[in-house]
Amino acid sequence: MIETPDTGRDDAGLRTAGASMSQSDADLWFVREVLPLEAALMQYLRRNCRNKADIADLAQDVYVQVYEAALVARPERPRAFVLATARNLLINRVRRDQIVRIEAVADLEAINVALDEPSPERTAIARDTLRRLQAGLESLPPRCRQAVVMKKVEGLSAREIASRMGITENTVNRHLTEGMLMLADCLYGEAAGKGGEP
Amino acid sequence: MNAADAIRAEAAAWLVKRGENCGEAEQAALDRWIAQSVAHRVAYLRLDAAWSSADRLAALRPPAEEEPAPKRLLPLLMRVAAVVGVASVLGVAAMHSFAPPPERSFSTRIGGRETVSFADGSKIELNTDTLIRARMTTRSREIWLEKGEAYFSIKHDRAHPFTVMVEGHRVTDLGTKFFIRREGARVEVGLVQGRARVENRSIMASQSALLAPGDVVTATDDSMSMEKKPVAELDDALAWRRGMLVFHRVPLGQVAAEYNRYNRVKIVIADAEVARRPITATVPVNDLAAFTRMAENFFGLHVARNGDEIVVTR
Repeated sequence: MIETPDTGRDDAGLRTAGASMSQSDADLWFVREVLPLEAALMQYLRRNCRNKADIADLAQDVYVQVYEAALVARPERPRAFVLATARNLLINRVRRDQIVRIEAVADLEAINVALDEPSPERTAIARDTLRRLQAGLESLPPRCRQAVVMKKVEGLSAREIASRMGITENTVNRHLTEGMLMLADCLYGEAAGKGGEP
Repeated sequence: MNAADAIRAEAAAWLVKRGENCGEAEQAALDRWIAQSVAHRVAYLRLDAAWSSADRLAALRPPAEEEPAPKRLLPLLMRVAAVVGVASVLGVAAMHSFAPPPERSFSTRIGGRETVSFADGSKIELNTDTLIRARMTTRSREIWLEKGEAYFSIKHDRAHPFTVMVEGHRVTDLGTKFFIRREGARVEVGLVQGRARVENRSIMASQSALLAPGDVVTATDDSMSMEKKPVAELDDALAWRRGMLVFHRVPLGQVAAEYNRYNRVKIVIADAEVARRPITATVPVNDLAAFTRMAENFFGLHVARNGDEIVVTR
């Protein structure tokens, strides 16, 4: 993302295409257009939010607002829309919390320009899915990884995995839950940006 | 743990539970949970998409603990190079002179039927009017079903996953015999033995299904449905492998359409009521005379040959 001083000052990102979407269309749109932007969103939030513990909740609020807006009218440029939504959320928080932080505001304003660039994320994620998943898999704790491999590579059921690993089905499910959360982060979020960003 | 992480953990637990072939009651409970808030929905969508695309891990050589790569490399290269059975197939073409992984295509004409045998022991039987492309590399075995129908008997080798790409869908073999039939954008995948996974790749792996024997998935661009059929019914659907067509109370119109896949001379049922009449029969795929006899003798219909058409009227 190239950061340049703001000149335009219009809410370019908040323009929408107008057409409303059904719930299932919105689901597809969200998965296809919004999730690939997660790395950029997280990077933006991390840079501009002082309280690191709030970032996950902020990201969720952005997703909720973006999804709800898309039901009414599909945003024309998802990247711009997601980042502008994040900026507005942060600005509202700053106002609410009476926190003045000059550099945060400057960065928030800078978004308007950065918004207009074409989104590289979607193609990058599509191309790198396997590589990211593989990296994610290798970063899992050993037992968790073992369970995920049996599930996803060998297609075994939780019961079969449990008997092979000599643990209960509940423990298998806990491993799979943990693996799912971490793989999702590798695919979309936290870890995803690391490789690509300079 | 903050609220968002708690919701994600809950969504993940739901998804894991649902992955174990849960019943309608559990699906309904999950649907209710999703409907409770948009925060639930977006958390679910995110993890479902990630977890479904993790099915692509099946295309990976499993990491580290497995045997080291170099040992296997040479024998595999030799196996790949020795793809056999080419001579029995009509079309053999490797157009991509610039592409190192050898890609070959195999095809049949209308009414044709061919078996392609690969050196790893896998076999693909092509039904009428079918075209596949195959790319076997040291890491994977990939097939594209461009048109028609094929029956796959695959030697499972988890270090070298076998996948079939068809109309934006991907079928991953997990030790399997299965068939895939493609008609335009409609794709049917039926599992005869073993296990296989079907996923829709048109968006980031939004839908996927794990098939057990008897499962038949019907997929289009934007939908996927699965039904369980008795294995005997699958056998009937695969009678073409013996050069036969098997119909159990199938409307005459559908029988004609099935015949027309195998023959240049096309049957035309020129009467909607006649087209709905059910018929039970086992006939050779190219035996149009058998069809004519059935139509005339059982139904008392009028059959006339008109150039390349057989026209059936009352």
